[in-house]
Amino acid sequence: MKFNFTYLLLFGFVFFSACEKDDEDNGYVNRPTPAPLEIPQIFSDNILDPVIPIDNPQTVEGIALGKKLFFDPLLSSNNTQSCAHCHLPQNAFSDIPRFSIGVDGVPGNRNSMPLFNLAWNYDENFFWDGRVFSLEHQALEPVINPVEMHNTWEVVIQRLQQHPEYPNMFTSAFGNGPITKEKATKAIAQFERTLISANSKFDRYLLGLTNLTPEEENGLNVFMDEERGDCFHCHGNPNNPLWTDNAFHNNGLDATFSDLGLGEVTGDPADNGKFRSPSLRNLAFTAPYMHDGRFFTLDDVINHYSEGLQDSPTIDPLMKKVNEGGVQLSDQDKADLKAFLLSLSDPSFINNPDFQNQ
Amino acid sequence: MKKILALLSFVLLFIACSEDKDDNILPGPTNANISFTFSHDWDGTTINSTNLQTEIVTNEHGEKMSMARIRYLISRLELVNENGDAYLFDGYKFTDLQDESTYNFTPVNNNIPTGNYSLKFIWGFNETDNIDGAYLDLNSASWNWPAMLGGGYHFLQFDGQYNVDTTAPSPFNFHNGTARVSDGVFEQNFAEINLSTPITITNNATIEVKMNFAEFFKNPNTWDLNVLDTPLMPNYDAQKMMQENVVSVFSIGNITQ
Repeated sequence: MKFNFTYLLLFGFVFFSACEKDDEDNGYVNRPTPAPLEIPQIFSDNILDPVIPIDNPQTVEGIALGKKLFFDPLLSSNNTQSCAHCHLPQNAFSDIPRFSIGVDGVPGNRNSMPLFNLAWNYDENFFWDGRVFSLEHQALEPVINPVEMHNTWEVVIQRLQQHPEYPNMFTSAFGNGPITKEKATKAIAQFERTLISANSKFDRYLLGLTNLTPEEENGLNVFMDEERGDCFHCHGNPNNPLWTDNAFHNNGLDATFSDLGLGEVTGDPADNGKFRSPSLRNLAFTAPYMHDGRFFTLDDVINHYSEGLQDSPTIDPLMKKVNEGGVQLSDQDKADLKAFLLSLSDPSFINNPDFQNQ
Repeated sequence: MKKILALLSFVLLFIACSEDKDDNILPGPTNANISFTFSHDWDGTTINSTNLQTEIVTNEHGEKMSMARIRYLISRLELVNENGDAYLFDGYKFTDLQDESTYNFTPVNNNIPTGNYSLKFIWGFNETDNIDGAYLDLNSASWNWPAMLGGGYHFLQFDGQYNVDTTAPSPFNFHNGTARVSDGVFEQNFAEINLSTPITITNNATIEVKMNFAEFFKNPNTWDLNVLDTPLMPNYDAQKMMQENVVSVFSIGNITQ
């Protein structure tokens, strides 16, 4: 009997120790809470899954940390500018001036890009010229850019380490160990990936929840008609609700280039004057338009494609009738195209409380 | 009764063992894995991601052309042996000349008996497969063909400039897909490509399929870009001419095994 009891005890010990939670293996005691992206139906029905790096899964703690960093001016050298300074929620995370002014009062040379649906940029080439691969790497640059935050990551990390809240937030999000710029940009990337816009009037139309006006319907036809707008080859279509191809095109802005765009990055003259197609979502909030913010209204943009094209050696062949300046849309088609484009804007995105500084 | 049962078992045994050409998955020395690699040229000049945007070529009609972008779709690759047994490979192949990783195609179900074959496939999608919006990867690549032209997907997007040796080069958009007969009336426009060159499979093999882009502008319709440059998608006659011209674009290259 005693013998049996001993075995029972041993068995019980093994049983319980086998079930004991093993925190050592995780690297830290408290695991961050997974917070997978909620993929809108309009995306899951039509396009591939978003890109989430295997070494930076979305977590509640990571997103919260990223949001705090995004809105925190301590990232900039003189503590005056946060990411949100040039990426305003009410402007779909773009900026109002043509060129944003950095901490030293110096303007940049490109218009601040809007931020949404970034996890669906499958090629992961970021910035207007695609010079950085992955969102995590993208977030490293504005901090040290002399015409933006003009700081160093060493200074930023020092400030974060001495902050009353950040050290705990970093531990919650990424476990023990020092605060690093890699952890900081991972957190910012996690927050940025939550900036999902998929609730425009046109999204609801595709889901069968609303109807288009006759003007919007004709505008869609102009957009999809190779003989008129032919916008869809670069800017998506009802089956690709990103409304961008995230690829690089010379859309006929200039005959000669003061800014080489992709060509500056690749060193290939065949890429000169090419910039990444921006999404047409949220145009109502993202003026001015183009990589250099040269157009202040959507009418200016439409007029450019209709009759303002400038020829150059690298112009995209999709820019039709460039010899005549463009496809010469009628006034009615222009107005209807604009009505359709505005149906791609999503007020619920810019008003989403999760995306505000609070 | 016993005799009947024994006979039945015998028959069942043989039925169970007869080869089913639809699921020839069993590995063995008599079977081979097949993959495909597509190579591209303009009348013998190799075209790849390195020189796509820089090569100047001359088409059959005589215009000097540059190329900016070539993407195309084929589907239903099938190897047919001497007995007429067909081995269909699942999936479709979407190629972007700028991305050399898309030049290769390794089917998931890629195990066939060794033997002598010929290759056939569909240029684009046939009517069964050409379902508007059905393929998320192709939607993500903005490969859709407008609903007003019958919907579904592009088969080809070939963009470039012609008359590049003159002071007035012009763009062309040589795009192929469903043909619109009239408003709301559409005609399928895929092509069945049959390459009669015998392919002897003795081991695991990579079949090279060659694609000569010059043929798009050559045979049987000599293409005059001065007349037909853009827009071509809504142009029924242009679409049917492309369907005719694509037949001679493909040929079998090296078989590596």
